[in-house]
Amino acid sequence: MRPEDFDLISGILKTRSGLILSPEKVYLLESRLTPIARAKGLETLDDLINEIRLHRKEALLSEITEAMTTNESFFFRDNTPFDLFKDKVLPELIKRNAQTKKIKIWCAAASTGQEPYSIAMIVKEMGAKLEGWDIEIFGTDLSNKVLEKAKVGLYSQFEVQRGMPIKYLMKHFAQVGEMWQISEELKGMVKFKPMNLLDNYMGFHNYDVVFCRNVLIYFEPDMKTKVLEKVRKAMKPDGTLFLGAAETVLGITDKFKPVTGSRGMYHTTDVSDALSSSLRTG
Amino acid sequence: MKSCLVVDDSKVIRKVARRILEELSFDIKEAVDGQDALDNCIADMPDVVLLDWNMPIMNGLDFLKALRRTDGGDNPVVVFCTTENDMAHISAAISAGADEYIMKPFDREIIESKFSQVGLL
Ligand SMILES: C[S@@+](CC[C@H](N)C(=O)[O-])C[C@H]1O[C@@H](n2cnc3c(N)ncnc32)[C@H](O)[C@@H]1O
Repeated sequence: MRPEDFDLISGILKTRSGLILSPEKVYLLESRLTPIARAKGLETLDDLINEIRLHRKEALLSEITEAMTTNESFFFRDNTPFDLFKDKVLPELIKRNAQTKKIKIWCAAASTGQEPYSIAMIVKEMGAKLEGWDIEIFGTDLSNKVLEKAKVGLYSQFEVQRGMPIKYLMKHFAQVGEMWQISEELKGMVKFKPMNLLDNYMGFHNYDVVFCRNVLIYFEPDMKTKVLEKVRKAMKPDGTLFLGAAETVLGITDKFKPVTGSRGMYHTTDVSDALSSSLRTG
Repeated sequence: MKSCLVVDDSKVIRKVARRILEELSFDIKEAVDGQDALDNCIADMPDVVLLDWNMPIMNGLDFLKALRRTDGGDNPVVVFCTTENDMAHISAAISAGADEYIMKPFDREIIESKFSQVGLL
């Protein structure tokens, strides 16, 4: 691939999804975009690039942007955030929101749904404690394709075994041929909608908890800052944020602060001191 | 170091499982069928049993039931690891006292994730 072609594509990716693609990832561009070229009846990737140069068709730009996202996800990924959510965050919210009986949770890079469905399983486990509560679990992602998969909720044997205890599989999945499908009940607990983290966050307000995991890792520092500050505005003043294992707010924004002893968990700064001490004693 | 008894009639599977589990710092013993496994357990109860289902002489489920009736046989964590991948088998295994269930084919990641679910890692 010629350097000017690489610059064209990586420029498109950066403005449309925030993805920073370094030149040594050129093989990734070639392997993911060549099938798109073929599917469009074009002979080579060069033809596809010419097509982009000539017409800049919105649909094609979206398609290549989606094709370059990394969608890997698993149920209960890294365990710790989900244990913290179950043992600390939810019990605290049950006390704090006792008046409204409402909890709002947002998965801001939900991919194929494993993360929001893991949350739904945990919420379900709480049983009577959340009887009569309104629990919103909202999964958004840039890519429509992954959200379609999330909505159908069909997972391979390999996917349901990575990170998920067998008891959850027995409780919440049914076998469909070689695949496993999540129950209608859990599907009913999660809403999915396309949303780009670089766009505006209209309609996103008052979230108690945001999972924004394994997506900022692909962005440049100033883009991470912008996204996290917008996420902050979509949250309650005393909200909790979960990031991926290789992500942090340190050096990125002072709107969030790590919770001591709780890896991957962050509080909004205004109240974080008071809250983290109440979580420690509670 | 925790001990793990790998029970499978396939030598290849035992070898793969041994390699993965040794890397996870388990001390490995092997058994070739349910009866062999039971004899092993009675002689020296392991901390964990990784258990195939279909084996000659005594199958995995019969072994598990016998193990749970044996003195000290409540202790080992039992993780099935089998090509039986339907809900009926899974339920039967869990009701008989299995702690986790792996559907073959497996890899290091699945073993690691299942073992950590049951608190072994
Ligand atoms: C690696 S997955 C993470 C899935 C899940 N959060 C987890 O941790 O397992 C990253 C997801 O981020 C999405 N993504 C990438 N850029 C995005 C953007 N600008 N806005 C919204 N989602 C984006 C991708 O489509 C992909 O599904």
